[in-house]
Order: sequence, then structure tokens, then C-alpha cells
Amino acid sequence: MDLFDFRWDIIWNYRDFYITGIWVTLALTLVGYIGGVFFGVLLGLAQTSKNKIIYWPAKIYVDVFRGTPMLVQIYIIHLALIPTLFGQSYGWFISGAAALILNSAAYNAEIFRAGIQSIDKGQMEAARSLGLTHSQAMRKVILPQAVRRMVPPLGNEFITLLKDSSLINVIAATDILYASKMIAGTYSRVWEPYLFAAFLYLIMTFIVTKVIAYIEHRFSIEYNPRKSKKERAET
Amino acid sequence: MIKVENLHKYFGKLEVLKGIDYEIHESEVVCVIGPSGSGKSTFLRCLNLLEEVTDGAVYIEGVKINDPKTNINDIRTEVGMVFQQFNLFPHMTVIDNITMAPMQIRKMKKADAEKLAMELLDKVGLRTKAHNFPQQLSGGQQQRVAIARALAMKPKVMLFDEPTSALDPEMVNEVLDVMKDLAKEGMTMIVVTHEMGFAREMGDRVLFMDGGYIVEEGQPDDVFGNPQNERTKAFLGKVL
Repeated sequence: MDLFDFRWDIIWNYRDFYITGIWVTLALTLVGYIGGVFFGVLLGLAQTSKNKIIYWPAKIYVDVFRGTPMLVQIYIIHLALIPTLFGQSYGWFISGAAALILNSAAYNAEIFRAGIQSIDKGQMEAARSLGLTHSQAMRKVILPQAVRRMVPPLGNEFITLLKDSSLINVIAATDILYASKMIAGTYSRVWEPYLFAAFLYLIMTFIVTKVIAYIEHRFSIEYNPRKSKKERAET
Repeated sequence: MIKVENLHKYFGKLEVLKGIDYEIHESEVVCVIGPSGSGKSTFLRCLNLLEEVTDGAVYIEGVKINDPKTNINDIRTEVGMVFQQFNLFPHMTVIDNITMAPMQIRKMKKADAEKLAMELLDKVGLRTKAHNFPQQLSGGQQQRVAIARALAMKPKVMLFDEPTSALDPEMVNEVLDVMKDLAKEGMTMIVVTHEMGFAREMGDRVLFMDGGYIVEEGQPDDVFGNPQNERTKAFLGKVL
């Protein structure tokens, strides 16, 4: 193996597979993330509930999914859960998306719970003492503050999910890794395909990091204790 | 106006209020004093059900507020509260802090709510700070905004929970001055405080609490000048 004798031409030959792979990775990540945020909000709110029938199922769900490896979850969902529930398999995309949604929901739930509970309880008391209902107080006072604190960890979760989506490869997803494995098998070369796969992930996470930084920046402008609206308009 | 009957409050097994009976009339300023842990803040917080009442009854204008059938949100619009830690909403400007509740609850139009807010800011001497965020203000200024925010709901009673305890000494008076103006206008006020000067000057009645009981109550001159109970004497001996 000569490190300095890379054959980048074989990557180019498989470019269509990589393009498909990028789309698959992005699609799985986006579906997983959007679903994960949606269910994560519900689970997170459930975990702030005083009602035990709401609190405990959510708590157990979150602990189970955070406490087991995603790879194991993928096998259980693809090979056992979906065939048992529906009598058949719907292929790697459905199974993979389901695994990412269910896993991400557990992590997002923790982000939402921690975000809400990090707001000083005096804020809720002040809002309630004015006569706001619990849900009005959540909407106008607690959540606007909590969401700002949730942006950085939610961004991290997106990057984690983007990388973890490569695990769906084990149930034959045609993602980025699939293209690399084909090249490795065909040409008996490992450096180029796997380094290139790593490079593609790096590019994607780099772009996402920049987007998140921009969103964080926007949120901090809207809420800058050192500058009032009027002052900002003047500068 | 406010009537408290045999009020008991437990935190778990700990009994914090051991049977409070008291009545507060319209336009009265009642100052609640006592050592820390005496239950005075808990007592105050039971008056708008920020603390659940374990046993007994609290009536505001004849309505039993700890009745499950009572809509506590309606009651709370009539009872303003000012906290030791101000608890302004940090993501809103000063004026938004004040207009939020009237717009949300009273469905007041934005222009009307802002007009009201500016009047209230005038009253607490902070008109120029309307578009600042709370963090840009000093503690005393924040507490005055908090008073304006509570007044925006046009409450019939104001509860003050140690409103000057978190302030630097030089800012205490600006807050007390606002409270004095309010008292002179005839607002019914219940003030938990360590400011004995304020209690003596402004209180129509002073209430000394210790160990979950009202130990002594009466005119400020009597309670401060001629305390009857040993515990009152001991406490006043330390703080005066």
C-alpha cells in the first residue's frame, strides 16, 4: 500500500453513487431530525409534567433510547419491530428514518426538558401572579427564553444525527458509505473510498456548523441585553 | 377585603404556617415582620395561591380563593405581586414587560397598553427606560419596573415580598418612595419587609410573625414602642 499513490479516478468513476449517497444521508438526517424534534418536544414537555401517567412513560422512553446503542436500535427496529408490527419490512429507508426519529426524539426531549427547567422558577411565578394561565406563561415567558438556550444543543444534535445516519448502512442503505464499500470491494483499495467518505461528512458537518453559528447569532441579536432596540436602530 | 381563616401550610411534613387568622381592610398597609423562617413569605404567597393552601381558607372580597371551583387566574389579576428578585422577563423590553399581561389577559390594544405603561413608568420615574432591557437597569430601577408591571393589571391589592432585600443600600429608598406614593393613593398593601423604618412610618398595622404564628400585631407605634410578647421584644432588640 503506497500512501502517496492515490487513485482518485476511481472515486470519480463512482460519482453517481456518491451523489445518491449524499442525498440519502441528507434525507435520512432531515427526516430523522424533524421527526425527532417534533416527538422530542412532546416527550420533553411530558417530562416536565407533574402527572405521573404522563411523566413516567416519557422518562422510561428517553432513558431506554439514550441508554442503548443506536446500532442495536437499528437492528431491532428493522429486523424485529417493523416486521412484527406490520407483517412485512418496508426497506431500509423507512426503518432507518424510524430509528433516527426515535433515537433523536430521546436526545431532543432531554434538550427541551433541560431548556425549560433551566428557566428560573421566579419567571413562572411572576407570570402566574399577573394572572396568566400556565399555557400563556409557557408561551409568552418560559419558551421564548428556553428556546434561545436550546439552539446550541439542538445544533449539536443535528450534527450527531448527520454522522450517526451512517449507521443505517448496516441495513443496506445506499448512503455515502455504501459507495465507498463498493469501491473497496471492486478495486481492493481502502484509503481512497473511506477517506473520501470521511471528507464528504466533514464538508457537510462544516456547512451545518456555519448555519448553526448564524442561527445562534441571529438569536443573540434579538436578545442582546447590552443593546436596546432603539440603540440598535441608531447604530 | 382579605380574610384569612385558620390557615395551615405544610411543606411535606414541615408545618410552616400553624393556623393564621387575620383580616385586612381596604386601603390598609399591613407590614409583616419577623425572623427568617417565620413563615411570613409563605403567608404572603398563600394570598395569591403561589403556595397551595394545606388547610383553612383565604377570602378575597368574599371569594374563597382556595376553593377548587374558583378560577385563580381571575383572582390573581386583582392581586399584584412584587418579588424580592424582581423577576422581570429578561427577553422583553421594559415596556413589553408592562404591556404583556394587559394585552394577553385584558385583551387591551397595543397602543392603549403602551399609553398605560408610559403613565406607570412616569409614576415610578423611569419613562426614559421604556425601551431598555431589564439587564441594563440597576436593581432599584428593575424593582420599580416590577411594581409598574404589577400595577398595569390595576390590582386591588399589592403584595410585596421583601421588595428591597436584594438591593444595594443606596437603592432601597427609591423603591420605598414609590411604595409610599402608592400607599398614599390608598392602595391596599401587604408588605413583607425588613425595613423597620418603612413599617413604622407607613404601616397602618404591623404584624410580627415567628414560628408559623402571628405572635403580635397592632399599630406600629405600639408594636415597635411597647411590644408585649417576649419574642417580639427579642426580635426588635436585634434589628432596631
